[in-house]
Parts: sequence; C-alpha cells; structure tokens
Amino acid sequence: MATVEARRVSKQFGDVRAVDGVDLSTREGEFLVLLGPSGCGKTTLLRMIAGLERPTGGEILIGGQVVNDLPPRARRIAMVFQSYALYPHMSVFRNIAFPLKAAGMPRAEIPQKVEWAAALFGIERLLERKPRQLSGGERQRVALARAVVREPAVFLLDEPLSNLDAKLRASARDELQQFQRRIGTTTIYVTHDQVEAMGLGDRIAVMEGGRVRQIGTPAEVYDEPADTFVAGFLGSPPTNLVEAADVLVGFRPEHFLPREAHTDGGNLTTLPFHITRVEYLGADRILYGALEGRFEGARVVARLATTVEAKVQAGRTQDFAVRARELKFFDKVTGLRTTARVP
Amino acid sequence: MTHGEPRRRASWVDRAEWLGPLMIGPAVLYIVLVLGVPFLLALYYSVSDISMGSRTLGFVGLKNFVSVVQTIKFQTSLKNTFVFAVVAQVLVMALGTVLALALARDFRGKWIVRLLILLPWVAPISLGTIGWLWILDSTYSVINWTLEAVGLIGPDGWYMWLGVPWLAMGSVIAIHVWRILPLATVILLAGLTSIPHDIHDAAQMDGAGFSRHLFQITLPLIRPIALVAGLFGLTLAFTDMIVIFVLTRGGPYDTTQVLASLAFFTGIQGGDLAEGAAIAVFLFPLLVAVAIGFLRVARRAEVQ
Amino acid sequence: MAAPAVRRWGLRAGHLGIVGLFTVFTAFPFYWMLITTFKRETDLLKRANNPFVYNEPPTLENVRILFEETLYGRWLANTLFVGLLVVVITLLLSLPAGYALARLTGRWGERLGIGIFLTYLVPPTLLFIPMARVIGDLGLQDSLWSLVLVYPSFTVPFCTWLLMGFFKAIPPDLEEAAMIDGHSRLGAFVRVVVPISVAGILTVVIFTLTLVMQEFVYALTFITAARNFTVSVGVPTFLVHGDVYFWGSLMAGAFISSVPIAILYNLFVDRFIAGFTVGAVK
Repeated sequence: MATVEARRVSKQFGDVRAVDGVDLSTREGEFLVLLGPSGCGKTTLLRMIAGLERPTGGEILIGGQVVNDLPPRARRIAMVFQSYALYPHMSVFRNIAFPLKAAGMPRAEIPQKVEWAAALFGIERLLERKPRQLSGGERQRVALARAVVREPAVFLLDEPLSNLDAKLRASARDELQQFQRRIGTTTIYVTHDQVEAMGLGDRIAVMEGGRVRQIGTPAEVYDEPADTFVAGFLGSPPTNLVEAADVLVGFRPEHFLPREAHTDGGNLTTLPFHITRVEYLGADRILYGALEGRFEGARVVARLATTVEAKVQAGRTQDFAVRARELKFFDKVTGLRTTARVP
Repeated sequence: MTHGEPRRRASWVDRAEWLGPLMIGPAVLYIVLVLGVPFLLALYYSVSDISMGSRTLGFVGLKNFVSVVQTIKFQTSLKNTFVFAVVAQVLVMALGTVLALALARDFRGKWIVRLLILLPWVAPISLGTIGWLWILDSTYSVINWTLEAVGLIGPDGWYMWLGVPWLAMGSVIAIHVWRILPLATVILLAGLTSIPHDIHDAAQMDGAGFSRHLFQITLPLIRPIALVAGLFGLTLAFTDMIVIFVLTRGGPYDTTQVLASLAFFTGIQGGDLAEGAAIAVFLFPLLVAVAIGFLRVARRAEVQ
Repeated sequence: MAAPAVRRWGLRAGHLGIVGLFTVFTAFPFYWMLITTFKRETDLLKRANNPFVYNEPPTLENVRILFEETLYGRWLANTLFVGLLVVVITLLLSLPAGYALARLTGRWGERLGIGIFLTYLVPPTLLFIPMARVIGDLGLQDSLWSLVLVYPSFTVPFCTWLLMGFFKAIPPDLEEAAMIDGHSRLGAFVRVVVPISVAGILTVVIFTLTLVMQEFVYALTFITAARNFTVSVGVPTFLVHGDVYFWGSLMAGAFISSVPIAILYNLFVDRFIAGFTVGAVK
C-alpha cells in the first residue's frame, strides 16, 4: 500500500506545456480520478507517475519516496492501458504470468498466483486462449488480472473502459469499483467521461490546460465548483452562466424550474424564461431559450425531470425560478468562485 | 507488497537517449567501415598510381582522369552507358505502367501470372541472363529458328544477336528491361491499388472517359511512386554490369561496354586499380543526382 | 444492340492479350531452361530440329553431370554458408538499429534512417576496386569470408529500413506495459517486440538469402578458385569456360538455383514493396 504525491510537477513537450506545476496527493487506498477534456494533461501526468515520461520539473513521490530517477519497473506500480496492451503472442496465462517472471518469482509458485488473479475476475477458463480470441470485455479483465497479479502498491488506469460498448461499460464500472474496494490498493484512474468519474472516484481531480482546477469528492466538485471551467465541464447540460454586473451567476439546469414546481417555498429568485425549443428525452425534458427582463437575451437551459408535471410550451415566456442557495457566483475576469452577492 | 524487488535507479537500458545510439551504433559503424571507407579509398585511388601488384601509393593528381577521358574506349563506354540506361529505363517505365494497369484488374489466375512476371527480378540475374545467352546463341537461337519457321528469314539470314553492334546493344537493353520490368510493375501496382476507390467512382460520376480518367486522374496520382520506381531503376541501369558481363563482355568491339564493366575490366582484370577507380568514380555524380531525387520524394511525402 | 457486347469482348481480349504477351516475355527464359535441362546434347545441337519439342527422348544426363562432374553442389553449399552467416549478421545489426530508429531517436533518427536507406543505393561497381585491395590486405582474397564481411553492406541498410517500418506499426503500449511489468526498455524489446515481429524477421531472412544468392560483382571480384564460387558466379563463368558450352547442364544449374528461391521470395514480395515505397504511397 502506498500513496502517490506530485509536487509542482510539470512537463514540457517542445513549446507545449502539457502539465503545468501540478500538486496532488492521494490518500491511502483511495480511488482518485483524473478528469478532463482531451489534451488537458491527465494522461501525461499518469505516464509521469508510471515512469514512462520524465517530468521536466517537480517531484513525484510514491510511498513517500521520490521516484523521479526510478524506471517504471522499480516503482511497484501496475497499469492498465486504454488498448489493454495484451501481448498478442502469449496466451492469457503467460500474459498474467509475465510480470511475475520479470520479478523473478520461483517457477513453481507462478501457476497458483496466476490462477488466483484469474479467479478474481472470473477468467479461469480463458487461460489457454490468445488475446485475439477474446471479446473486449474479456480482454479488459485479462489486463486487470495482469495488473493485480503482482500486488502492486499503486494501480494506474488509463481510460480502461473506453473501448467497451456502452452497455458493458456500466457493469464493468461496477465491477471495477467493487474490486478496488476489496483489495484496497491506491488507484489513479484517468478518464474524460464525467459519468465514470462521478461513479467511481472517491475524489475527482478536474484538470484543464495542464493544471488541476479542483480536487474533491464527486459531490463537492459538482455542487461547489471552484471555477467556471469545472462548473461548465461537469453536468449535462452544463451549468448556465449568466452575466450580471461584475460577476457571473451560475445555476444548474435541473435547479431552474417553473416557479410553481418549487413546492417547498424557500428563498426563490424568479427569472422570466422565453422557451424556444423543448426536447423530450424520456426521463427528462430539456428546455432551450433565453431569459427576459433583467438578464434580457442570456441563453440558458433548463432540465425538467418528467416527474415535474408543470406545463411548458415552446414559444411562450414563463416564470422560472432558482433557489437562492443554488446560485453560484464567479469572478468575471479570473473565473474563480467568489462569495455570494445579491445580483 | 509481497515479492518486491530492490529499487533500481534507471540505467542506460532504460534511457532512450543512451539506448538509442547504443542500439543503432553497431549498424552505423559497420556501414561507415564497409561502405564509407572504401568509398573514400575509391576517391583516393583515382588520384593515385596504385596497381594490383604495387605496394606504394603515389599522388598523381588528375592524371588518371585525364588519361582515361582521352581514350576512345572510355568515350564509347560513357556514351553507351547513357544510351543503355536511358533507353532501358524509358522502356521499363512505359511497359511497367501498361502492365501494372493490366494487372490492377481482377482476373482468374492472377496469382500465377504475377509469379511468372516476377521471376526475372527474383531469380539471380546472372542465371536468368545465362538463359538468354542460350536463347540468343549464334547457331541455335530459338528466335532465329522461329523466324525461319514462319518464313520471315531464310536459312542463311539468321541474326547474330550478340555479334552485330546494334543487335547486341538492342539485346542487352531488352534483357535489362526484362530484368527490371517486374520491379517497376509491382511498385506501380502498389501505387495503383493505394488510390482510394472513391476517387475512381467520383471520376466516373463526373463523366470522365477512359483516356481522361487515365491521364488526368490515375497517372498523376501514381506520380510520386513512379518517381521512386524510376529513380531506383535508373541507378541500377547506370551502375549495373551483370547483364553485359554475361552476354557480351562489352563486345563486339566495345559497342556494349559501359562504365561499370569498363571499370571492372580495367581495374580488376587489367590490374590497373587507379584507372579503374577513376572510371568508377564517374558513376558517383549520377548516384548523387538519384539520391537528391529520392530525398525530394521523401520530403514531399513528409509534408503531406 | 451488339455493339456494347462486342466492345466488352474486345476489351477483355485486349486485356488478356497484353497480360499474355508480358507473361511470355518474362517467363519464357525459365521455360526454356526447363526444356533444355532434359534434352540430349545431340538433340540440342542440330539446327534442323524443332527446338520446342523433344526430338529424342528426354534425359537426366545433364542433371547428373551437373551434380557429379561439376562443382555445382559445392557452389550451392558455399552460397548457403555465406547466406546463413550474412542472415545472422544482418539480424544482429538491423534489429536493434531498426528499433532505435522507430522508437528511440526522434527527429535526428528520421534523417539517419533516410541516410541509411540511401546507402542501399550505393552499387558494388563503385566500390569493388578499393574493396578488392582491402580484402587482399586482410588476407581474405579467394575466401568465402570476404563475402561474409562485405554482403551485409547491402543487406543491413535495406533490412534496417524494413524492420523500422515493422516496429513503427507495433503499438508503443505493448513495450510500455512490459516496462511496467518489470522490464527495462531493452528487456521489453527482447521479450515483447522481437517475438511479435516474427513476420518481419522472416521477411528479412528471405530477402537476405535472395540478395546473397543474386550477388554477382563482389563474388566475381574477390573469388578466383572455382571451388570457392557461389552459384550465381560459378554457373555462368565456370560452366562456360572456353568455347565449350554445356548447355544442358548450364540450364539445369540456372533453373534449379533460381526458380525455387523465386517462389519463396514471391510470398514476401508485398512486404518488400511496402518497405520500399514507405512514404511515397499515402
């Protein structure tokens, strides 16, 4: 077991600063997700932790020890690649045994260990097959078994679910989390998929432009975004941002409801909403339109669960409202969260 | 962590900046020693008075070049080299394009046709040429026999394929074409098959007829790859001596002598290494021109 | 009504005609070798005989002479000896060099790769004169070892280039996985990259063998004793000595050592062309 820490880590590729002074540390046994759009530096950061790239600045610590000068094989880590990187010329058994042999484990102990890892993922009957004879889901399990088998101190996963079809992905997500809880190994997981990140992570580090914008539990980053990027990146549709005097006001589409749908009263801010289009998505209705009155012309989106029975119609202007505590305020220049002000 | 290994620092086996040069070093060293050094020696020999038996190397400046250039033998060979290489390569490209276009279509038995067409390139060239030596034999040539059988020539009209100057040059060119044609064809064929099918469909939709399609769509698209085939064929044609050595040894009366074979006969068989080297060095500018051609193709491919 | 059909048949006949003519042109000498191999001397050397048919019963005499009364068997063995050694040297030099060019050397490696490829164009006829002298100074004159030393000069550049292409096509993830699984970069190359490149290595082996088999100029220059010849030089120079041509045996020797290797080579020719034209096709 070990923690991973990055201290002011940066990586320069030519003129491009892929990672720009990242500070980050995991807790013991934590499942930490690095989330961000493509090109945000999350994969580069993971590869530096793995030892596949050398940082151009800063330090990386695993288990409290600086590992900058250690090659990947000496870092006690395991990694699952997006492509799974199964060795195509070896059977599943030899794939899983590969790290054990490399570590010099006595030949006699290897089969038992391989079977243990295979049993963890229910792939015992696939051991004799070659990778090309496996389905996507099976390959992913083999990759996980190969990662687990030598009981690493840290797991690194680089978008391991992105090659699975949507249906499989949900169940694989569930299994992955249960498995991580069971063995309790510190895990760093890279993804661009916010649903995966929210569902899996103990904490999420949202990255953009080579920096960590916010790190926190899924609830923290969703409910209390640290800046406009995090507010806009998480949630679907993203947070509405409306310009008011010297601040930006943000509120989530699902909090922007017809006034009469707010049954519990409370402190409401009412905004007249001209609806231009209604999308019916089954569980939800998505309403597109613009505000009127004080914020004339600001384009916003509302999301109504189908259980909200309020009547809405495209082309009409209706009174919508947000609870005052759901309004978030951001600095217009820096985009950072500021204290609440009455707009 | 059950079976941890001792923490090892990264060494040269991990660092790309060390491992790269170390892995490529032996090959580069070998190439420099076995190609680079002889090349410099060739340049040096050409300005020295070295001969097969001599132990000394005296610097004689451009004397070898001057004396070589003045000989009729050299002037004939230089002219022959250009005639041989240019005519052969033009024929190779023209015939190769026709054949590649024919092979681009699917037909039954294509694989065996392809094998048969490749034979001349794949078989050892000296042995293939020996086959031709027999076919062109002065007394028993099957070509003459056939010509007589169909009544084109009389019993006394048999051609001395390798004994008459213009026939001999024609023969060595034809056999060189025979040998290079397969390579040019498969390279051009690779170019043809790499054209996306959509482009042909689009041309057809746009109403291009056969010749417009061929000259304005297909041929321009295989130009880069045709350049590769052409340049490679040209190097072979300029520098090769095997066909000529086996068929005519440069004869009759040096009418098929080229620079490469002349260098061999002067330098190795005649023992005059210095003059032989001077003749061979004349091949170098031709090679440089071809290398520059290749680099331009490579650069263009990079830009795309 | 008949016009389009006639046109189509005309096109097809034209196509067949072109393909047929070319095939006859390229394959005829080999067919001729095969016919001649089994002909009796008396049949061959009679001008009135129809050369396309057996006027006298076919015979194996020419093949017997080739193997029993000439050094042909010895030449085959020499060729194989040189070929195998050159294959080993080529692999030892090209495998690491191709990998380094594909993965480790970045921008300057690309230039170096093109440079190495260009050395493939350097013809033997430019270098054979100084080489003859160097070989003599090394005491390798008339020894097969001279060929073992020199032949990799044209196999290494091309095979390095070919293997570079193969290695580039392997996903880098595989080596990185091996590095994380406990190997160094070098170990990953040996344990993972080399085993998955079997197809590429086999291609290199076949090409090296055929190139050795085809080489003529160096062998002609360095070797003088008949017993040290390789096939490509022995058959055309020794069997044609003087004015006496042993046509039957000559054709047998040419056919036996060219067609089998040609069929083998044919299986790999697409890879060869792909390596050759890398960059130009896209």
